This record gives sequence, structure tokens and C-alpha cells, in this order.
Amino acid sequence: MGFEINGKTYETDEEGYLVNLAEWDEDAAKHLAIEEKVEMTPAHWEVINFLREYYNDYQIAPAVRVLTKAIGKKLGPEKGNSKYLYELFPYGPAKQACKIAGLPKPTGCI
Amino acid sequence: MTESTGGIDMEDEASGTIKKFAFINRKAPYGTVYALEALEVVLISAAFDQDVSLVFADDGVYQLKKGQATKAVGMKNFSPTYRALEGYDIEKLYVEKESMEARGLTADDLVVDVEVLGAAELADLLEEQDVVLSF
Repeated sequence: MGFEINGKTYETDEEGYLVNLAEWDEDAAKHLAIEEKVEMTPAHWEVINFLREYYNDYQIAPAVRVLTKAIGKKLGPEKGNSKYLYELFPYGPAKQACKIAGLPKPTGCI
Repeated sequence: MTESTGGIDMEDEASGTIKKFAFINRKAPYGTVYALEALEVVLISAAFDQDVSLVFADDGVYQLKKGQATKAVGMKNFSPTYRALEGYDIEKLYVEKESMEARGLTADDLVVDVEVLGAAELADLLEEQDVVLSF
């Protein structure tokens, strides 16, 4: 499975997550967002970039609870709460945002 | 944490039945899948708000060694993930003193802050646990 943008192919697993993290780029993110029916705004990108950094630091996709807390610490309490994150990613911030960020499905994601 | 939409509130489900879990890591990080699997179980267990301790003994102390270069063995270096444990509220990390010393390591060689315990102290710690899982 996978998709193609401007001649570049991106391989995805059966749930639509990118197989190769290194293939991720903004075009891929935009495509994955459309598939998830998420309209990307600067607020969305902020979370996506945060996740990319988190993965780079720790080599895992965080669980929702951990993501929420970590965002609160870095971007402030008005963003570090599940209401804010679920408004941006209605089908689950960890799951949807991780997919758009090109990360694997979070460990322990229910 | 309160979930306004979706999600499962684990705190409600687990309240009143917090058990003491110890995960013992005894194997080198690469060559077998034990270390990585143990780490994944630990991360999942964090969702259930239990009292989790991690113990590193024997070759398991190598899991926490700084500067792991894994390219040649074709595996992802997952040692940075141990530094994420704090964010998962897993803060009880113990290393067996004898194992560490036998391998010429000190606490400064490790990627995370740990408490170093002698074998006897470690035995007492394990005695207190409700569940002990060995990897």
C-alpha cells in the first residue's frame, strides 16, 4: 500500500501509517491529513512538529496522556489539555496526529 | 486528566487496585527481542496507573548504556526511549550494583538517572512486589 505525490512514492501499512519514517515530508503530511479529514492550520502544524521532535528525542510516539502533558509543559496549559487536542484531531490526537506526523502508532494506543 | 471527548479514563478503572509491578531486565539490548519487548510492556503498563519499578541486572544493565551504536547490527537504537519513561510517570529505575561493577560501568555511563542497589537490597525490593516479570 502507499501513495504517490509528484513522482515520489510513500509506502504505508494496512492502517495508513507511513512505513518509513524517513520518507516523511510536508507533502506526505498534507496527503495524510486529507485522508484523515483534518484541515491543517498553524495550530495543527505546531502539534505535528512537536510530535516529530518528541520522536526524534525518544524514538517512540507518545501515548495521549503523555503527549498532553508534554505539550502543556512546552506550549502552555491552554494547549496541554485533551479538549484542545481533540478539537484539532477529533479521532484522537495521538492516533491521528501521529499518522500525519509520519510516526508509528503509539505504543499502548487503545 | 479529564477526557471531554472519546478516550478511556484509565484512572477510574484502575482506582483502588494499584499493584506493585517489577520488571526485571537481564538481557543485552540487542541479539534478542527481550529488552525491546519489556520496554513496550512497561510503556503500555503506564496507562493503567500501577506502581511500576524497573530493575536492570546481569547483561540488562547494558540496555541503559550511553552511546549505543546499532547501525552494524541493523537494529534501531531504542535507548533514548528510556529517557521518555519519566514522562510516563515511571520513575523507579534500579540497577544492580554487582552487575554494573562486573561490567566496568558506573551510574555516569547510563542514559537515565537510576538508583543503584546491592543484590541484598534488590531482593528486599522484589519481596515487596505483587507481580514480578522477568525478561
